[in-house]
Amino acid sequence: MRKVGIIGVGHSKFGVRSDLNMNELVLESFKPAMEEAGITNDDISFLYVSNVGFWSSEELPAISIAEYLGLTGKGAMRVEAACASGSAALKAAHDMISAGEADIVAAIGVEKMNESFTPSVVEIIGRAGNYLWEFENFGMTFPGYYAMYATAYMQHYGAREEDLGEIAIKNHHYGAKNPLAQFQKEITMEDYLNSKYVAWPIKLLDSTPISDGSSTVILASEDAIRKIGAKDVVWIKGIGYSSDTSNLSKRSDFLSLEAARRAAYLAYKKAGVDPEKVTSLIDVAEVHDCFTIAEILAYEDLGFFKRGEGFIAVREKQTYRGGKIPVNLSGGLKAKGHPLGATGLGMVVELTKQLRMKVEKSRQADIKNGWALAHNVGGTGHYAYVTLLSTQK
Amino acid sequence: MSQKEAFDQFLKSLDEAVKEAKRAIKLPLIPDQKTGRLLWISNRELRLRYAISVDSNKKFYEALLDGKLLATKCPTCGALYFPPQDYCNRCKKQGLQWVELSGEGELLSYTKVVVKPYSFSHLEDYIVGIAKLKEGINILAWVSEKDVSKLKRGMKVNVRVKEREEEGYLVYEIVPAQD
Ligand SMILES: [Zn+2]
Repeated sequence: MRKVGIIGVGHSKFGVRSDLNMNELVLESFKPAMEEAGITNDDISFLYVSNVGFWSSEELPAISIAEYLGLTGKGAMRVEAACASGSAALKAAHDMISAGEADIVAAIGVEKMNESFTPSVVEIIGRAGNYLWEFENFGMTFPGYYAMYATAYMQHYGAREEDLGEIAIKNHHYGAKNPLAQFQKEITMEDYLNSKYVAWPIKLLDSTPISDGSSTVILASEDAIRKIGAKDVVWIKGIGYSSDTSNLSKRSDFLSLEAARRAAYLAYKKAGVDPEKVTSLIDVAEVHDCFTIAEILAYEDLGFFKRGEGFIAVREKQTYRGGKIPVNLSGGLKAKGHPLGATGLGMVVELTKQLRMKVEKSRQADIKNGWALAHNVGGTGHYAYVTLLSTQK
Repeated sequence: MSQKEAFDQFLKSLDEAVKEAKRAIKLPLIPDQKTGRLLWISNRELRLRYAISVDSNKKFYEALLDGKLLATKCPTCGALYFPPQDYCNRCKKQGLQWVELSGEGELLSYTKVVVKPYSFSHLEDYIVGIAKLKEGINILAWVSEKDVSKLKRGMKVNVRVKEREEEGYLVYEIVPAQD
């Protein structure tokens, strides 16, 4: 197994991007990633394009993107793991290099959700579960699925709506400092409590927006890195993965995303990290806060805090910059936006910049050990990927 | 205005804007309402309706007519399957038995769906719950109660077959137990 490093990253602005088509939106992250890597198209063997689609017009996005970027002829495929597609693409690219099949591979995430109108987007995303048994007759929606976890968690542990609100406030606080975020605006508890329910107890301000965006990560083998003379390389130390049932009804207690827990422990094992000491090792984390409850579950599933204490952690500001473990200093999915296919790779781009101490000063984590973690969940805990990154090989 | 009326009104105004653009500039181009950027509004609308095989679950649907809710059971290991499937993935065997479910259980969780998918937007807000039956399997369905404050995780419920009158077909629903 060869070691794999990140040599170039790019991240478009997330938001309503009707100024660009899908290919142009990819260029906004691909171009800086390639410049940073100091390579040309000829150096790339394969492109993995993470994209969920349905709402956007191109049915073969990897092919359309390759044509536009001048990568026609390279190996290409679309990778789908719902909202975790980006991490799945990262894993595919990583594995291809680590197996010795290629030296330089591009993982490109893109989503153009605003190519369809809101009624269609709500419809399509609601179908991202079990179609016949949970959507067709019962009209489940994406916030509806996570609301099952929110209701169960809040009643079991005695968490309040205000506790979920603390997550939204924190992530908007950092989103306000991130020029690439969809919402660069702080919110107050009053704003939060006044926001309307979309799927009780989940409110609009618990939820990610409908987003467009792209992100690119260029990965390379140790040999290629030496040859190119790449600097500031961030190494992939381990990618953990798992999945869970299509039917939400087959889950056990709705207090934890079991797939995320399994993915985390697999990532820790692969990277040789002691799960008990993870918060003292990891300098900064990006977690999948598609809804505020998901960030609280992430704290617990990753072992950052004990089961049932995740909501207390944010009350005590332990996941702010300078806290026990800073989480989502990018603004998270909540404020940065959630263009599904671009989300997982967007986390890796953000963490690469964090580890290189290259983000805006007001949201830069204190990098002591040079370790970062990305937690990316697809659907409602249907897919889970946890990636550990480090500045040390 | 209902959610469906609002959606339909929006789609109608979009249609009119495209027609107007075609009259004025001979192209289906309109500025984005949010950003003012130029959009091509596609002329080719996709209509999609699935035809899903449920032949292996024929007995399940026949039983709904008799007001019964069925699951499948593995004769070898006793595993219960809901949604019913004719394959025990533990024993790797087909030919499972049909068994009737008691419908008795407790509420595991629930939500009230306010922002509805377009295909549900003609309906009032609905509560969806997940019930854990005493047989050990869970069922997701609408809850008969319309007020979330009357529900609680862990409360006793029954799952029963009923006709959804607004749509004219049989489904099953979660009903809080009378104490
Ligand atoms: Zn069996």
